[in-house]
Amino acid sequence: MATERTPEQDLVLELPTDIRSIERAVDYVMQRCSSCSEQARRLDFNFRVGLTEALSNAMLYGNSRDPSKRVLVEVALQRGRLEARVTDQGAGFDPSVVPDPTSPENLSKPCGRGLFLMRQLLDEVSFNDEGNQVTLVLKLESGGILEGGVQA
Amino acid sequence: MGFEVSQNGEVTLVEVEGQLIVGNRQELKQQVLEQLEGGDRKFVIDFAKTGYIDSSGLGVLVSLSKKIREQGGELRLSSLNEDLRTLFELTKLDTLFRIADSKEQALEGF
Repeated sequence: MATERTPEQDLVLELPTDIRSIERAVDYVMQRCSSCSEQARRLDFNFRVGLTEALSNAMLYGNSRDPSKRVLVEVALQRGRLEARVTDQGAGFDPSVVPDPTSPENLSKPCGRGLFLMRQLLDEVSFNDEGNQVTLVLKLESGGILEGGVQA
Repeated sequence: MGFEVSQNGEVTLVEVEGQLIVGNRQELKQQVLEQLEGGDRKFVIDFAKTGYIDSSGLGVLVSLSKKIREQGGELRLSSLNEDLRTLFELTKLDTLFRIADSKEQALEGF
């Protein structure tokens, strides 16, 4: 599942489009990252949630559950930035048109919260032009998003 | 990872062990819907033994709450840890559910 480390890339995983693989993959990444920060909650909660949501989106919506398609996960830690890039083999989407799940008309809808959670919990969330690759950044040196409750 | 279902008088208590995520959300949905079809109307889902709920899991809770309400029933939640409570607050789902500190509190007066 994992490939060897290169100077600029700490960890690379290639996953099948199988939602059962998400939990194990996230646990593996978190295990590898466990010694890289003293900010345990930001790492264990914010990064775990963000990565899980990114993998879910990639498999469910990006690859449309097609088992012949793969999801690439690249994780790197450099100068206090923990960065995860998740790439699917789908056609991509426009993240700017995703509705706010917390607005009253959307609150009772069963889906549409994954991207919102990524944006709330990570310091940076960006997409490539094609819309099939999301990059999540957690700044491990900065103040905590979740310190003392929700968003500081 | 699993679900333990028990009856407390008229109330069906479902305890979620492990995680409620995209990989097992359908199992919870099926369990609760079977109870609903069997005539149960009062439900408590307890998260004392739950590590994490993802957005799919949150979505299933929203969906179940709606279906139960449509049948004249109610779904209450209990025992959210700090991380889970944060997820509910961020998504404003804490305004949609009645959330108790413990299953005992949720069952009280239901």
